Amino acid sequence: MSEKTIQLEVFRYRPDADGPGFQTYDVPFHDDWVVLDALNYVKDYVDGTLSYRWSCRMGVCGSCGMEVNGEPKLTCAAFLRDYLPGPVRVEPLTNFPVERDLVVNMDGFMSKLDSVSPYIVPKDEAGGGPSAEHLQTPAQLDRYKQFSMCINCMLCYAACPVVGRVDEFIGPAALALAQRYNLDSRDDGRERRYDVMFQDEGVWECTYVGECSEVCPKHVDPAGAIQQAKLSGALDYYKRMLTPWARRS
Amino acid sequence: MNEVRHDIIIIGAGGAGLRAAMAVVETNPDLSVGLVSKVYPMRSHTVAAEGGMAAVIKPNDDRQHHIYDTISGSDWLADQDAVELFVDEAPRELIQLEHWGCPWSREDSGQVAVRPFGGMQIERTWYAADKTGFHVLHTLFQTSLQFSQIRRYDEFFVTKLLVADGRCQGCVALELRTGELHVLRAAAVIVCTGGFGRIFPFTTNGAIKTGDGLALAYRAGAALEDMEFVQYHPTGLPGTGILITEASRGEGGILLNTEGRRYLQDYDLGAPLDIHDPRHPQNRSMELGPRDRLSQAFMHEQAAGRTFQGKFGDYVELDVRHLGEERIESRIPFVRELALNYAGIDPIVEPIPVRPVVHYTMGGIDTDVHGATALPGLYAAGECACVSINGANRLGSNSLTELVVFGARAGRHAAAAAAGLELGGGAEIDRQAAAERERLAAWRARPTVDDRVASIRDDMTTAMEAGAGIFRDEASLAACCGTLRGLRARADRVHLHDDSPVYNTELVSALELDGMIDVAEAVAHAARQRTESRGSHQRTDFAARDDANFLTHSLAYRTDDGPRIAYKDVVITHWPPAARVYGAANDADGQA
Repeated sequence: MSEKTIQLEVFRYRPDADGPGFQTYDVPFHDDWVVLDALNYVKDYVDGTLSYRWSCRMGVCGSCGMEVNGEPKLTCAAFLRDYLPGPVRVEPLTNFPVERDLVVNMDGFMSKLDSVSPYIVPKDEAGGGPSAEHLQTPAQLDRYKQFSMCINCMLCYAACPVVGRVDEFIGPAALALAQRYNLDSRDDGRERRYDVMFQDEGVWECTYVGECSEVCPKHVDPAGAIQQAKLSGALDYYKRMLTPWARRS
Repeated sequence: MNEVRHDIIIIGAGGAGLRAAMAVVETNPDLSVGLVSKVYPMRSHTVAAEGGMAAVIKPNDDRQHHIYDTISGSDWLADQDAVELFVDEAPRELIQLEHWGCPWSREDSGQVAVRPFGGMQIERTWYAADKTGFHVLHTLFQTSLQFSQIRRYDEFFVTKLLVADGRCQGCVALELRTGELHVLRAAAVIVCTGGFGRIFPFTTNGAIKTGDGLALAYRAGAALEDMEFVQYHPTGLPGTGILITEASRGEGGILLNTEGRRYLQDYDLGAPLDIHDPRHPQNRSMELGPRDRLSQAFMHEQAAGRTFQGKFGDYVELDVRHLGEERIESRIPFVRELALNYAGIDPIVEPIPVRPVVHYTMGGIDTDVHGATALPGLYAAGECACVSINGANRLGSNSLTELVVFGARAGRHAAAAAAGLELGGGAEIDRQAAAERERLAAWRARPTVDDRVASIRDDMTTAMEAGAGIFRDEASLAACCGTLRGLRARADRVHLHDDSPVYNTELVSALELDGMIDVAEAVAHAARQRTESRGSHQRTDFAARDDANFLTHSLAYRTDDGPRIAYKDVVITHWPPAARVYGAANDADGQA
């Protein structure tokens, strides 16, 4: 009885060895296997030198984003059965520097996240710590909830044509996160985020191609967040022009 | 070797580590924190917690209820002084998360909503739909970004704790990107590395849950406490082991065998109410019984031939169809997403196949209520620690709360202890760091053998499931202990194929395995020596709880010949050991 197999073409790169290339592996085909299962099979039983990131294998930790046949995917949610008869080409996420094999450099992404002040700036900074919950109605929660669902998998950065062109573009996930906090009824940090969001490399750089929302595995709709932000940013701009004394530090 | 100095080093940047880091800064803003993690913080497994987080906040609830639910859930093995602190500090910590922006689900009034979970008299589980852990982790991580005192070391794998002058003074860490070793020195180290579900083959735990911090502390001389207690969650997806949250039962989901019977009624868990009865689901009853009892009931149903047979083993059905699409989408959308993606089942129209799956490890590094271990300078918090509030069986939705309550306590205490501390022992630290560099270099120079890291790991997980699963006995545990000794010898010889310094994930896997075998041995030996049944530890050859001999915590100490097991008493304050009663009969209980 011959076992059904499928072929993987995996991008290989070691900075301390020969240049990049592709390596092929024949792996068992199972109807319920995802691409990550196939990579784990290779790693465990065929070639221990293959490097990639993964953990939760249930689409929430955001580690295992890669290009599968040229599309950014969470490999824990990309089923081999959708790529029959193969081969399946697996590459590191585009628009990121490659460290090794399927591992990309996340420094730029992490500093962009950091740059948007992604935390609540309290309205009243009373000392002594919190004693009671803020009220927030389900409707107020709904205003930002969708934009709080980002798992930082970076598929949107791989899909975004602007990120590919302009290194400094803050990018879909970080801008959606900024908008998430701006829309939170508990937050007073809009001014603090303004300069980053509305700099040249902020929301205005987005040309609304919408690829980010297409590839988002969590339906965050960063393109929608950016469009919303553009609108409110434009209004803020006129408000600043007309009432400059109202601007806080 | 590159050497860095901080006041506090925290190993692990999940819920407990992030909360600890911020507690250090809150306590003393002049202190610097090195936050070290083998992954980026938002990849930590806190992210996968689903159902919610317990704290008393509603007027119909009371601290006595939460304390009693936790202690009875633990089968009286929890330390009651720790449980009291935990329950009293929980509301404040959850409100703190609320102030930091956690998107808690809300009532129409705008107040935080709560839902029932297993083993609770009163519903007290705060939730953010069914992605609570995800939201808590991202809230903590994002909030932590504003503190310049917290310096992160992302993707650094800690290989050794440094101990000199009788005090833990830092660690050696491997930078995965470069392969360089770093010496991170500090006046105190807090271990927050999570549990060790990955020593078993079928688990809800992500790949990173390899118990690294337990192995580090164990090798530094600290005790591992209550390691024999491993929680099987009753509802995982067959095959992948992906968790289907208890919130699905808190919202009214039911468990059915092949006869369509709600079989839990046959296991002293109460009588079922009709699913359309407004009083369904009843707290502390039937599907809202404790996890250990539900997983054990599955095993009995399986033995009786009343479970379904599937490609990935036997299963029962979790039916949530009667909740309707709207409630499923608003309360447990992730359950639907996971069932659709990974089981090809839409829970709106079909029951979900589920079976017990290793989920949580009650045991961990022995600490006091401040997170301090017996080794000065070494602290632990979160799933890797054992305070103990969980005893022989953790109550659902206490684990996320434990992360923030005891993460904060450990951070505060370590900060107070570390401020202004003058450390000696520099020469000894240098000697240990050099020895550690040689250990890793020797590893890379091992001769080729016909063995693989993954093969040894497979044999270890198989041995744990066969020998130390839901039901255990002397023969199964003796065999397991023997197998693990043999695996230790194989792990000491295994050779690496990857010689690159850059992201050598094979080396990381080997280091993880090396630690996991120590941790697995502690589990198997502690289980073998506890000749009683309590909570999640069920001995078929000693079926009854034995308070006369085993109202004690086990403590495993490392020796070169395997674990040495000692015991210490359980702390009882106001709740003397009693029978665990679930179902309608529990109504009179809990008012101690």
